[in-house]
Parts: sequence; C-alpha cells; structure tokens
Amino acid sequence: MLAKRIIPCLDVAGGRVVKGKKFKNIQDVADPVKLAKRYNQAGADELVFYDITASNEGRDIFLDVVESVAAEIAIPFTVGGGIRTLEDIHRVLRAGADKVSLNSAAITNPSLIKESALKFGSQCIVLSIDAKQTEQYKWDVYLNGGRKHAKLDAVEWAKQGEALGAGEIVINAIHTDGEQLGYDLNLIHLIASSVSIPIVASGGAGSINDFLEVLKPGLADAALAASVFHYNDIPIPQLKKHLYNKGIEIRSERI
Amino acid sequence: MIAIIDYGAGNMKSLQFALNRKGLECCVTTEKKQILNSTAMILPGVGAFQDAMTTLKQKDLINTIKDETTKGKPLLGICLGMQLFYETSEEDGEWEGFGLLKGKVSRINYTVKVPHIGWNTLHMQRSSSICQNIPNNAFVYYVHSYAVKEYAYNSLVASTAYGGTIPAIVQQDHIIGMQFHPEKSGNVGLQLLANFGEMIS
Repeated sequence: MLAKRIIPCLDVAGGRVVKGKKFKNIQDVADPVKLAKRYNQAGADELVFYDITASNEGRDIFLDVVESVAAEIAIPFTVGGGIRTLEDIHRVLRAGADKVSLNSAAITNPSLIKESALKFGSQCIVLSIDAKQTEQYKWDVYLNGGRKHAKLDAVEWAKQGEALGAGEIVINAIHTDGEQLGYDLNLIHLIASSVSIPIVASGGAGSINDFLEVLKPGLADAALAASVFHYNDIPIPQLKKHLYNKGIEIRSERI
Repeated sequence: MIAIIDYGAGNMKSLQFALNRKGLECCVTTEKKQILNSTAMILPGVGAFQDAMTTLKQKDLINTIKDETTKGKPLLGICLGMQLFYETSEEDGEWEGFGLLKGKVSRINYTVKVPHIGWNTLHMQRSSSICQNIPNNAFVYYVHSYAVKEYAYNSLVASTAYGGTIPAIVQQDHIIGMQFHPEKSGNVGLQLLANFGEMIS
C-alpha cells in the first residue's frame, strides 16, 4: 500500500531558508542544504523548496541550492516559486529536482500546466493553490504569494488543474498558515473528494494530532509543514512513529 | 566506470550523485566507445517508451547494449529503463523493446490512481545478491503508469501491490530491472545501487 508522506517545506530567499507567518514577517532560519540533509536523515519522505526571491541573481543562487541539495539527499524533491515558462521548468529539473510546483503562472496562463505535463509528464507537474476562506463553505484562490485575489474558486481550480494534466495538488490554506492550529480539514476534504490525483495539505500544522487528522481516509495523501519541523517542535521520527501506531501507512527505513 | 546511457531522459543528476555516494564511478554517455569500455551499464528512467527506443535506435546503441549484455556485462534498467528490456510495450501504441527478457509492458489497472507515485513496499519473492541487506517490505519510491506483465515468473525477485502485483525487481543472471527509482529511495535505494556495484567484477 502507498505510504502517506510527510513533507518539510523550505522557503528559500538569497540562498537561506526563511519563515514567515500568514505569508508575512519573514525571518532567517537556516542553511537549505544542511536542513535538507537533516530532514533526509530524520525520515522525511519528500522535500519542497520554494524560491521566494524575485530577482534574477536570486534565481541563479536558488538553482545552485537545488543542485547542492540533489547531491546530498536521495529522496524526491519539488521546486516552486517564480516558475513561469517551460524553460524555467527544464532548468530546475536539470539541476536535480524531481517535480515542479506551479502557482501564480498557472493562474495567468493555464496552458502552462498542459504544455509542461505533455513535455515532462504529469508526474512532475504539481499545481500549488493558495486558498483563503471567504464564506463558510467557500474558498477563493490567491496569487502572488497570497497578495492578489484571483477571482477563482479553489475547488473549481483544482478540478481544472487535474483536467489540464497536473499530477498532484498542494493546498495552502492562507488563513491557517503559520497559526499552528491545524489544517483546514473542510477545504482538504472538499478538494480531495473533487479530484482523483494526490492531495498535499499545507498551512496550519501545530501538533502531531493535526497530522493524524489530515492524513485520515478521504483527506490528504501527504502533509506539508515548515515551522514545526524547522524549530524541531515536532521531530519527524516521533511524528512518523505516532502516525504508524495510529494505523496510518507510513514509510520506515530499517536499514 | 559505469556507463549511464543517455537517451534524453530527465533527471540523471540524482542517479550520478547516488552512485558517487556509494563510491561507484560513473559517466553519462551516448558514446559507443565509452559503453564498450565500461564495467557495467545503466539504462535510467523517465520519459516515454517510444521516444526512448527511437533515440537509442538513432544513436545506434541497441545492438551495442545487447552485445555487451550477451558478453556478460551487468546491466541495470531503472523504471522505463527496465521496461525497455521486454519484448513489447502498449504505451501509446504498440512498440518493440530490446527483447532481452520475456514479457510485455502495459498500463497499470484502472482500478487505482495512475500514475503510481510515492513510497510503496518491496515484497521479496526470492533471495538474490541484489537484495542483500534489504529487509522485506522496505519502502522504495515509485513513479510510473505502466508495468511489466506476462513476465517469466522465475525472473521475479521482488514485487509490490498496486492494483495487482507489479514486478518491482526482476533479474535474469546479470540483467537487473528496478521499476522504482533507487536513486530516490533513501538508504534502501543507495544500498540496492551498492549491491549492483558488487556485481561488477
């Protein structure tokens, strides 16, 4: 049986891992390669790197980081942030990434999903959706790091992304991001039951129980988090052991 | 020197890094001479069956790889690289493969989500030096939509369960196939690559 995945997420700016709250108050945390190695050893199932710098110089530094990470770890990793063209995708895959995560560029140019899925395969195209709750059972999509309202319904956008060829969907709940009060289970459930590709839940993990809840049947296939892992509030081995004991299918490395 | 045969497949850097970490020297090549001088060959994964066969034909490498294998040189196929060993594939049509092993490649059953992406287990079916120090039910990382069927049962070393039984590791003498990506499978994957390295005399 396929194992549920635990995915630490590293926001990278100027070659360093940083962390904010509700997409603001960015603080320096660590060296990305060192942190990636630590997570690899701790049993993370996958890693995600977001390039949150916008400049061209920042972009080249980031590609160096991707290559250094690929040299040090032997687990899959996804790269996102500022990816706008097929050439951008080609560059990060060549640097050693396994998947790319498309966000704002896919909203302004949905054909990017289709073209990239045809060229590189659906398995490496991840659609990342930043969603914010606007009514009790309604979530809207935002772009440009949560700053701009996209006038798109999150569930509809997820369905469209799947139809265009995305192989996986990451749901970042802006309203729960950095709050450590748990994932938005209603949103995750709604999207998981609307598409048939894997769902990665993001935004809000604060306790081991939050992971247990979001990985239950009918919800997420993977859980992504940043702060709780960066500051070691939740050590990954302990988290995975707990999930395993609660009957969640989890990968262990007994070698 | 292990020759990683470049047929335009995606991320080969991770495979090179993984081999290097196990102290195995390798190069990425399409040069016949380098393949002839290599101690072992790897056909890496990612891409489409037809594209891969067409590229290998254009570069006139199919007979080179087959001849070297017949002479006893170890050959490892990863993911699509393993599928190329078989007689035919039904991926977007009907295509001929290397025919080194008996069997055909067809789509994973429609009863499960396709592609099969993520960490799944290795159920050991028989003992082999390629699985030395690998515990039964160890997790490895899979990314594929097609799988090998109608294969010779005695070639099956390990399988996984996903919409039926999927051959995960196959072996016929010094020809080894891995449906998953050992270079992305953590320490288990690195150990499997090291075991392949042990086959090189």
